[in-house]
Amino acid sequence: MKRQRKEGMIRNLFFAIAFVSIAILLLILFFLVKAGVPIFEKVSVTEFIFGKYWYPTASPPDFGILPLVLASLFVTLFSAAIAVPLGVMTAIYIAEIASARLKEIVKPAVELLASLPSVVIGFFGMVVVAPFLQQTFDLPTGLNLFNASLMLAFMSVPIICTISEDAISSVPPELKEASLALGANRIESIFRVIIPASLSGISTGIILGMARAIGETMVVLMVAGGAAMIPGSLFDPVRPMPASIAAEMAEAPFQSDHYHALFAIGIILFVFNLVFNSVADYISHKHRQVGAATL
Amino acid sequence: MNEMQHNELVFTKSVLGRNIKQQVFFSLFRGAAGINALALLIVVYFLVKNGWTAISWDFLTEAPRDSMTKGGILPCIVGTAYLSIGALAISMPLGIGSAVYLNEYARQGLIVRLIRFAINNLAGVPSVVFGLFGLAFFVTWMNLEVSILSGALTLGFLSLPVVIGASEEALRAVPDTYREASLGLGSTKWQTISRVVLPAAFPSMITGGILSLSRAAGETAAIMFTAAVYFNKQLPDSIFDPVMALPYHIYVLATAGTNIEQTRHLQYGTALVLIALVLGMNLLAIVYRARLRRKV
Repeated sequence: MKRQRKEGMIRNLFFAIAFVSIAILLLILFFLVKAGVPIFEKVSVTEFIFGKYWYPTASPPDFGILPLVLASLFVTLFSAAIAVPLGVMTAIYIAEIASARLKEIVKPAVELLASLPSVVIGFFGMVVVAPFLQQTFDLPTGLNLFNASLMLAFMSVPIICTISEDAISSVPPELKEASLALGANRIESIFRVIIPASLSGISTGIILGMARAIGETMVVLMVAGGAAMIPGSLFDPVRPMPASIAAEMAEAPFQSDHYHALFAIGIILFVFNLVFNSVADYISHKHRQVGAATL
Repeated sequence: MNEMQHNELVFTKSVLGRNIKQQVFFSLFRGAAGINALALLIVVYFLVKNGWTAISWDFLTEAPRDSMTKGGILPCIVGTAYLSIGALAISMPLGIGSAVYLNEYARQGLIVRLIRFAINNLAGVPSVVFGLFGLAFFVTWMNLEVSILSGALTLGFLSLPVVIGASEEALRAVPDTYREASLGLGSTKWQTISRVVLPAAFPSMITGGILSLSRAAGETAAIMFTAAVYFNKQLPDSIFDPVMALPYHIYVLATAGTNIEQTRHLQYGTALVLIALVLGMNLLAIVYRARLRRKV
């Protein structure tokens, strides 16, 4: 009896520990809301999100984050345009084409790429890529939307690649063997059988890779240029949401409108992440590959 | 040309076309994979090339001098070590505990799905949002001020998903026969976990620990408002002191102040030290994991 009680207590202890993740997530949300919501006494939610002017330190201040939201969306989309093909193709290469030996080199290379600190990639973008872009395209500044997208792409490629590779590797070999036996060559089997069978995993990877790009801070803080304006071209400097928070929090007086507004931007980033993850979760549960028969 | 020859030709042509197509795509995929390796090499190359000359014994063991235009980065190395080890002290027990629950105790159901959803979300919360949370919760509400403790707590929560992921993988790799043998001998569930499963899984859980250390060491946005300062005259005395940190030091030198060009070699040097640390830890984890896999 005593032994059973002890076992039960231990089980509950571990449950409590596992529950910490949920608790942290709720705590984050609670404190963001607590510190962010007071701004909506000054401006309405629509004015905040769709306002075209972000001049938080002017008097009177303007708290419209549309330029920041658009900047975030643009850098995310452009980086996805680079990272999605690169990440998925690399995943296919690792899972289906590479010899065992090359696989042992490329896979760790991708993992190491993922481990590069974002501040180092930002620094690289600033001191190497920016001068290069400025000279090559004769631009007023190399710190712009394009540079930021390029650097972000290299941060989301490893995520897209790792998750896609997992999905592709877990396609049952019978499917591929059947396709090869019917006379399809390897590339036809990849396009017509393996990719369709692992599409849900690949989509999950793409979504999570984009989530990473939209929330990435140091890169956009250092290489996006920092101008809080709606960009007119690919080579305009921009100021995505995370960059705004990181750059301005140090100057924003405690509990001021500016301080609350930056937390409100944090709420938006949190919600973006929640939405991206919900979609990924939905896809991976809805279209899970079960055995060989569900293609 | 008779009909048979003609058919043969068509057949050969189509096979040929398909094989060419295959070759083209294979080269494309190979190229994509190559770009990743190339990107890694280029970044490392530029940092080594420009940072190498800044590295010296003095650089690693002295404090910055002359409003940070000269001198070394010792306070940053010490600060980053404190922060990431502090973070590990939080993420390791919580992470291994969560993984034990998820892999050993939990039955599939709504609660488990919720916990996993929360972990995935936590892994995706932008680091600057973690920074905001740390500022509002640890620094302000719990009154811990900008300190090692606030930073380590924030980083610990941030790297928790990494530890959970690696620990779960480690637990999954323990064969069920181990558990069955132990239970069959009459041990309870906890005895089985503590004396059989955890010892078997522990070596590969260390990989998760190393990865979590490196994640915390390279993190910038999360410590900007919670732990890091531009400049600190002395090394910290207690966990309630703020610190300098390598990633934040790079950011500050590269973007703020009037001597950006003048301190460029210091920036390169600091970045080189940081990636040597981070890539070194990751390489260690990769090699260690590969060796463990070979043993099984």
